[in-house]
Amino acid sequence: MLSPVLVLAAVAVGLVPVAAGLATARWPCRSPGAAIMLWQAMGLGWGVAGIGTLAALGADPGGPGVAAGAFTALDKAVRDVAGEARSPGIVALMRLLCLGASAALLVLLCWVLIASTGAMLRDRRRQRALLSLLAHGDPKVPGALVVDHPAAAAYCVPGLRSRIVISAGALDLLDQAELAAVLAHERAHLRERHDLVLLPFTALARAFPWSVLVQRSYASVALLVEMLADDHAARQRPARELVTALIRVGAAGTPGTPAGTLAVADEDAAMGDSGVSARVERLLTPSPGLSVPARVLVCGAAAALVVVPAALLVMPL
Amino acid sequence: MDVLWESETQLTVRQVGSKLTDRDLAHTTVMTVLDRLAKKGFARRERDGRAWLYRAAASREAYVTELMLFALDQTGDRSAALASFARRVSGNEARVLRRALETGGDPARS
Repeated sequence: MLSPVLVLAAVAVGLVPVAAGLATARWPCRSPGAAIMLWQAMGLGWGVAGIGTLAALGADPGGPGVAAGAFTALDKAVRDVAGEARSPGIVALMRLLCLGASAALLVLLCWVLIASTGAMLRDRRRQRALLSLLAHGDPKVPGALVVDHPAAAAYCVPGLRSRIVISAGALDLLDQAELAAVLAHERAHLRERHDLVLLPFTALARAFPWSVLVQRSYASVALLVEMLADDHAARQRPARELVTALIRVGAAGTPGTPAGTLAVADEDAAMGDSGVSARVERLLTPSPGLSVPARVLVCGAAAALVVVPAALLVMPL
Repeated sequence: MDVLWESETQLTVRQVGSKLTDRDLAHTTVMTVLDRLAKKGFARRERDGRAWLYRAAASREAYVTELMLFALDQTGDRSAALASFARRVSGNEARVLRRALETGGDPARS
């Protein structure tokens, strides 16, 4: 029988190339919803498998299952040191080290999530306070707030008291139909709480700014969330309105920045892929979503990624 | 807040209230609002005898700039606080996109 350590380690290590592959794969554009679910499951599965691998290495082999074994190992070590006043052996020390690393990883991941949530709530409170002082309504964009600034921007502040914000620049730039498409897009974000979908990946991206894989994962999920909102908007409005709005807002230079050729070349190198091209492409030439068997496969893989590591941790083997 | 932004000098609660002529506000209402603005850091206040003197902590433009920098994702730190409609595209990308829209794009679903 396969030992839980090997399976957990295989999941934790194996997910790295899988994530790299998923970040460059083409099919997520066709079914952003399914792909986002898979990303979530991969993130959660990786965390559980990573913590579990270390815990399983530290667990006492006599214990039934990883979790129980870990407690047995801890218990033995405590008794060795406190009760019988003899130093634990080298094996017991290594076990303790692994258990410590496992606990540290658990605490780190939880802390990263909490810190990111805190920063997010703080930023949103500031945004809402500023908006309540500065923004005003406009009949051209019902339900949205307008900020008087010449740069083109449209965004939403999610939350229980959500806001959709359009800058005066965007209001001038877009026609009535395009504005409606933008509003439909932002309302989809708010209704489906895409911010919560993205939050764990934002947290990881903030915590591991040096990890290329984490950054690419974050960028992938962020883009998929946009595509999901695009799809909602394209169901309510002609896709072309959304496309022209995307190009206009995306291409609008920030006023005050001279559009010299040198500056543009520098920008191209610095900005990387904005994802707007990919969104425009799939809106103009919609491809069919994944087939039913493919969807079932993705859902099954997502479920297995969460259930298997978790079960290995808890179940007595 | 608009009254504070428009005023060159510090204002007392009564002066602020008198400038809000279009709305019939009780003195205590104005006082509460100004007190809240001060606590949130949007207004600064100084004691002058028995009355508070209020002024705006920063100009309206400064706050608008803060809001927009945040929205245009130019602050550098990645935050989950908001979701922008479209990230800025580079000059080249914009040219390619415009061409795609003019030539290839069939009027899609409608």
